[in-house]
Amino acid sequence: MSTQTNGLDRRNFLKTGLAGAAGLVIGFYLPGRREVLAASRMDGSATTPDVLNAFIQVAPDDNITILISKSEMGQGVVTSLSMLAAEELECDWRKIRTEFAPAAVVYFDPAFHMQGTGGSQSINSGWKPMREAGAMARMMLISAAAQKWGVDASECHAEDGAVIHAATKRRATYGSLAEAASKVTPPQDVTLKDPSQFKVVGKPFKRLDTPIKTNGKAGFGIDQRQPGMVHSVVLRCPVFGGKVASFDAAKAKAMPGVKDVFEISDGIAVVADNTWTAMQARKAIDVTWDEGPNTDVSNETIFKGFADACETPGVVSRKEGDAEAALKAATQKVEAIYQAPYQAHATMEPMNCTAYMQDDRADVWAGTQFQTPSQGVGAKIAGVKPDQSFVHTTYLGGGFGRRGWTDFVTQACEISKHMKAPAQVTWSREDDMQHDYYRPASYVKIAAALGPDGMPTAFTARVACDSISRWFFGPAAVSNGMDSSSVEGISDTPYDIPNILVDYHMVTGPIPLGFWRSVGASQNGFFEESFIDELAHAANKDPYEYRKALLSKKPRHLAVLNLAAEKGEWGKPLPKGRYRGIAVLEAFSTYVAEVVEISIEKDGVKVHKVTVALDCGRVINPNIVRQQAVSAVVFGLTQTLKGSITIDKGRVQQANFDTYDMLRMSEMPRVVDVHIVESDETPTGMGEPAVPPLAPAICNAVFAATGKRIRHLPIAPEDLI
Amino acid sequence: MATHFILNGKPKTVDVNPNMPLLWVLRDTLNMTGTKFGCGMALCGACTVHIDGEATRSCITPISSVSGKKVTTIEGLSATDSHPVQRAWIEIDVPQCGYCQSGQIMTASALLAKTPNPTDAEIDDAMSGNICRCGTYDRIRAAIHQAAKLQAAGTKTASADEGSEFVASAVAFSNGGAE
Repeated sequence: MSTQTNGLDRRNFLKTGLAGAAGLVIGFYLPGRREVLAASRMDGSATTPDVLNAFIQVAPDDNITILISKSEMGQGVVTSLSMLAAEELECDWRKIRTEFAPAAVVYFDPAFHMQGTGGSQSINSGWKPMREAGAMARMMLISAAAQKWGVDASECHAEDGAVIHAATKRRATYGSLAEAASKVTPPQDVTLKDPSQFKVVGKPFKRLDTPIKTNGKAGFGIDQRQPGMVHSVVLRCPVFGGKVASFDAAKAKAMPGVKDVFEISDGIAVVADNTWTAMQARKAIDVTWDEGPNTDVSNETIFKGFADACETPGVVSRKEGDAEAALKAATQKVEAIYQAPYQAHATMEPMNCTAYMQDDRADVWAGTQFQTPSQGVGAKIAGVKPDQSFVHTTYLGGGFGRRGWTDFVTQACEISKHMKAPAQVTWSREDDMQHDYYRPASYVKIAAALGPDGMPTAFTARVACDSISRWFFGPAAVSNGMDSSSVEGISDTPYDIPNILVDYHMVTGPIPLGFWRSVGASQNGFFEESFIDELAHAANKDPYEYRKALLSKKPRHLAVLNLAAEKGEWGKPLPKGRYRGIAVLEAFSTYVAEVVEISIEKDGVKVHKVTVALDCGRVINPNIVRQQAVSAVVFGLTQTLKGSITIDKGRVQQANFDTYDMLRMSEMPRVVDVHIVESDETPTGMGEPAVPPLAPAICNAVFAATGKRIRHLPIAPEDLI
Repeated sequence: MATHFILNGKPKTVDVNPNMPLLWVLRDTLNMTGTKFGCGMALCGACTVHIDGEATRSCITPISSVSGKKVTTIEGLSATDSHPVQRAWIEIDVPQCGYCQSGQIMTASALLAKTPNPTDAEIDDAMSGNICRCGTYDRIRAAIHQAAKLQAAGTKTASADEGSEFVASAVAFSNGGAE
């Protein structure tokens, strides 16, 4: 398999290096992105393509800098994207350095029409262009050497960061060729390696960011320090939709170290010479809130709204055959109602941002997942053009979707503008937990008809929840009443059922929603994979065999299901008191099946072992794929066994890890065994897809253990009795 | 009011509010940002430092209480990332987002100083106050066992895997089978 990119031209090639890069460097626009350059620009905030930018820079000292246009939040893009470029560049891996790319149109992800990281998209988006950038650089370095030596380029080859002319045993390092290469006309065609020649892709390389994450030197957003920088926190109304009515800050302002207290668009900013003083002064503000129209909103009213909506048909998401007629005619029917709660992202690094708004430029230092909107916010608040707004992306202390928002960026920019100084805003854990954009609470009324053989002849699911897309993209994005992220994971059920009807009620409310690791599949996968287990038991069939029979037309689902069953020893004898559960799901075009082994203890469910089988196409770095699979298992365990976000009087009831806890070391399963299906399919992402099967696999194991069917999360102790 | 203490082996004096937590003195007064803010209530362990060798949550430790004591932060654990815990962390490629890892490493190094060869149960006990939202617990567990070995072998003996570009496969790929 070779890939060619035609018609690369000089406009995409740059000699300029990034500010601060040593010596003359060569750089490349990511080939194949010209269609993106012309794409729509969100908020008109993107910069023009002639701003200096590059993906690969070769410096005279032989160091190679890879510009990472994706945000590193633990998922390994710094390493895996560098590996893609290095595969074609034939460089010395130890000479690789990375920098986070500035905000610019050239870095737009075609999937989002902006620069951003999400949807487990980075590897899939970077797979071809990052290799093309590497190949282009290699070819230009070879051309430079060939010209220097007066030989034909075809007689030369690249190896370990040098060009070699074997016939005359001449060798020149990339660094020594960098300047000459920068004058070479970029090649029109780039031929990529056949995968059989891969030396980097598929190898368990260590992460490039590990050393700086073991000595405290990795710079997160919260670690930014600018000359003259002030520290700040913001006091916000605890009720969603509420605002400041009046406040008296005299006491706060009188505290030593407090610089100012003033209202910004979403609350009251407290500025001091350190964060702690700002937090102390915040407590001294005498504020009266206008709590707005949502003080009667609670979990009870929200779920009642969902249940009421489900009394009538919703907007159809998928319709095959006539499921309602088949249900009416059925002799055996299974019906259930499932619910999922709000969940917070709870990144370990609370939201924060540092900004400096000046007359002629805006600077934003942030652990952001979406650079383009952040750039737009800086430009708007400083009152400068987008190309005068600079986003400095830091390492992210977790993202999981939360850092795609710009609420924390807006705060820092407004505070900096008021203070006429660089300003950092830091959220307390309580701010972070009570002002998140949550994983939606959701409700589904689900039913199936079983034929005489016990296999389903009809499947219906009516989902009710608010819409993430409505919150993130605005109401116009969901004007037809449908949001695919509300039904993904259930509407796309892979099971071979002749009659299917899935419909959706968008029940809008004031609780802010956002993308949460694995998005709709995080709750819908629980609904669907638990319910299919119910059907298997109703049919007196083995849950694995039942799924297998219904997946005969879905080879990739089937392969991971079979692999998980085999490696998880499905059906084999277990020690007394141990039980297994199984689930399989596709999310973001990656296929994952999980088998769990649990016991029921006095204090709840104990998970002993999780076996993961996954197919993410061709694997770039098996070390990182395994990391992400285990990481997703832990994320799934937390949503299954730990807390939830609940609403009362229009506000969040949880505030810190004492009321919304995360899985702890002592609760970590002793074995998480990851198995990867070998594949030469196009690579897909691993950041999210191993989350959804975990909750249903555990709940299915709980049913095996207790005969109790868990239809809501998290599992409560009383569910087990 | 001035507070005098020993920070990473050197005398330090800071003149701040005596109630100000050590965490914020480190981060905002001294601009030593390796120690992280996570919860402010000693619930997550991100802010862990050593005070006279004890793993301590700096977010609830008033600066006045460290007067005359020895404080060690991630920046002072070793000069060249050579502490056995750091070396084990690198060999096994523990961190993901990395934000909690300063605290994890400080808790783990305090554990190993007192319990040179901890069991899994002792590791669970010592480490359960440190949250990792990325879920690197199985590698942390494996890395603590590995650090115990490195510590026993003496810090001067470099491990064969340390300089490799590949992850220490025997441990990392067993994914938690470190019992």
